[in-house]
Amino acid sequence: MAAAMSETSGHLVEVKHLSVEFHTRNGVVPAVRDVSWHIDRGETLAILGESGSGKSVSSSALMGLIDIPPGRITSGEVLYCGEDLLKATPERQREINGSRIAMVFQDTLAALNPVYPIGWQVAETFRTHGVARAEANAKALELLERVGLPNAAARFRDYPHQFSGGQRQRIMIAMAIALNPDLLIADEPTTALDVTVQARILGLLKELQRERGMGLLMITHDLGIVAGMADRVVIMNAGRIVEAGTVKQVFESPQHPYTRSLLDAIPGRHGFPDIAERAAPAEPLLRVEELTKEYVTPAGLFRPARPPVRALGGVSFTLAQGETLGIVGESGSGKSTLVRTLIGLEEATSGDAFFRGRSLIDPTAETRDLAQRQIQMVFQDPTASLNPRMSVFEIVSEPWAIHRDALPRAQWEQRVGDLLEEVGLKREHAGRHPHQFSGGQRQRIAIARALALKPDIIICDEAVSSLDVSVQAQVIALLKALKDEFGLSYLFIAHDLPVVRSFADRVLVMHKGMIVEQGPTREIFENPQHDYTRELLNADPLLSHHAA
Amino acid sequence: MTMTAPPIAMTEPSLWRQSLGLLWRDKFAFVAVLFLLLVVFAALFGSTIFGQSATRINLAARNAPPMSMHLGWHYVLGADSLGRSILARIAVGTRNTMMVAGLSVIASLLIGSLLGFIAGYRADWTTGVIMRVADVLMSFPSLLLAMIVLYVLGAGIANLVLVLAITRIPIYLRTTRAEVLEIRERTFVVAAKVMGASPLRLVWRHIRPTVTPTLVTIATLEFAFVMLSESSLSFLGLGIQAPEFTWGAMVAQGQSYLGTAWWVAFWPGLAITLTAMSLNLVANWLRIVTDPVQRWRLEARSSSNGGGNE
Repeated sequence: MAAAMSETSGHLVEVKHLSVEFHTRNGVVPAVRDVSWHIDRGETLAILGESGSGKSVSSSALMGLIDIPPGRITSGEVLYCGEDLLKATPERQREINGSRIAMVFQDTLAALNPVYPIGWQVAETFRTHGVARAEANAKALELLERVGLPNAAARFRDYPHQFSGGQRQRIMIAMAIALNPDLLIADEPTTALDVTVQARILGLLKELQRERGMGLLMITHDLGIVAGMADRVVIMNAGRIVEAGTVKQVFESPQHPYTRSLLDAIPGRHGFPDIAERAAPAEPLLRVEELTKEYVTPAGLFRPARPPVRALGGVSFTLAQGETLGIVGESGSGKSTLVRTLIGLEEATSGDAFFRGRSLIDPTAETRDLAQRQIQMVFQDPTASLNPRMSVFEIVSEPWAIHRDALPRAQWEQRVGDLLEEVGLKREHAGRHPHQFSGGQRQRIAIARALALKPDIIICDEAVSSLDVSVQAQVIALLKALKDEFGLSYLFIAHDLPVVRSFADRVLVMHKGMIVEQGPTREIFENPQHDYTRELLNADPLLSHHAA
Repeated sequence: MTMTAPPIAMTEPSLWRQSLGLLWRDKFAFVAVLFLLLVVFAALFGSTIFGQSATRINLAARNAPPMSMHLGWHYVLGADSLGRSILARIAVGTRNTMMVAGLSVIASLLIGSLLGFIAGYRADWTTGVIMRVADVLMSFPSLLLAMIVLYVLGAGIANLVLVLAITRIPIYLRTTRAEVLEIRERTFVVAAKVMGASPLRLVWRHIRPTVTPTLVTIATLEFAFVMLSESSLSFLGLGIQAPEFTWGAMVAQGQSYLGTAWWVAFWPGLAITLTAMSLNLVANWLRIVTDPVQRWRLEARSSSNGGGNE
């Protein structure tokens, strides 16, 4: 069917000098300026950029998804087999969307309709193109089996919420490839997924591409995905293409300073630091012994008790003064439960944890007060962890407002200013509100708040996961500097292995509520003992790319 | 996302001038405030200015249409079935109307949100008790409840306020509880909790400021509703008793003349609508001004007379 079309330009899709701007009340904001790229059949092109770089705009233009107004396409062409889609009628655009050019999104729960079974939704794609119901269902099932949905026949009538994120992404892919498109656009397809799941989904995409000979356009912020997947890469920054070329070319000899800074921000780009082994002190700062947490569903009136769900199964480790302990695991591995139990948000079922020899699980009032001062947290999403209605001054000084004896009121202003400077912000920022800062700056505010009570331990719960790579590197550098300055210990929870590799002294790998392996960072990464650790390391596109 | 919002000036003008400047930038809210000031003025001085003309019967002016200037300027809005000046009655009735509506809205807002905070924050038996009582209140026809209570306790302004407040409590209670349940799980509340903040601090400093704008918006909408409920109770003879009257009572009285003298019901109805609308516009303005994330929308708006804080 596709071969019947004439291909005048030679390229499957070609974007030429595309400029798009958005009209807002505050004036015209250019989204992309003079963007050109092309993609051929059977090729993988990655568009790499941080948030706000305009990396998704050109594919939106290709699919006719730019709202006009406020958007306006000021110049350029978007050619599909030589046909300018910007001039196409809405009918023609609809004809191409889905059947010739298909798209896979990041948020699979939002992209699938919650009130229809998944089989129905996949078959719908066929039915809208005039295939009879029974045949459509058969084709849908075949597709779901093709994308590796486990038990596809039995789960044909299940609803989207009954599947895991990775399975939903498989269903989305099945729908996208249903009509044999020439081009598949994947917009951050694995950002919300765990590394091992990500690796399998990316593998599936590659396989399908080879099998069907379609073009694959990956839009991503993840250098690892680019390295592992793409043939060519286009790097975007502030709405412009700063560099384009084959992945090898760009990674080995980056031309543009932005590309270089981006590549330098990859943890371990210049080798990982050698961490000196240190003798563990007699009494570690934090000692966790056989900590177990089970969730019990009590028996109802007409319902027997279910077996308890074990979120943490006998976790033991220690954290020494001045040490950074990385905790690695995928979602559901129990790392968040571990943290929540340590800081008293959840009650442990059994086991104990000691901070300076005092029990955190059954704390006296005095211990609780001590722990609340000495153990601080930095959360994943700084937008959520800072109260949007409070000024930066109120946010950073809140620990003193809670613990009245910590610092006299008269010194608050001075100290807030000091702390802000400490984390690389300015004194004047105290009067502003969180929304006036970028994501990285907000995380700095959260770090300043964590430092206010001069704690011993800071728990970083995925503290850099939601930040762009270059910002991530800056925040990690800040955490390192603060550690040396204040003698802090970190519990550093992350799913991003290269980050842990570059930052932690020791690593603890968690899987299904258990610690499967722990030891010095170097040993874990270079000589993993447990199968799961090996799988985890192999799944990471950056680490495995480096190894290859 | 980054520093798009204008930087906050270092030498800020007084809070009073600043809010006045922000009010001027939202022309609708500005006009609404002017209207509300007029309402407050009428409530305070209405009876002094119009005195007897609100209650004096003038059969010569029965159902006089608007602009009956030959009868005197008091009759600019017309007269009711007993020839009383509608303008005077609206002005004099303002005090009763505002007192009944204002007091009952404030009372139900305070009681409802307090119970809502408790029901939302505590997850024990108190929540169950509060919510079930609210369910009972909601499932019982409010007009019937009002009639029973007023029949037993006797009609009067205090009892009327009591009844109107009680029947509207569940609205605030349920809204507050739903919002509290959601907000208490937000990371910034958890963050404060981990730092050791007391429940009182969590509710007062973190949860309350986020819930308040919703509650204020509901309260302004409720204002109009309460005015009309009061009128239907008055219509049944259980509300305000003659010779006292309110806007709602005036609407109820004018209903029977809608075919022949529309103005008898129209003007007090318009007063109710305008008051409710003004309150809503002001509440909307207040919501934007008190929200640091939204505030720039007003600050960025060009102000024609330069009355800003640049």
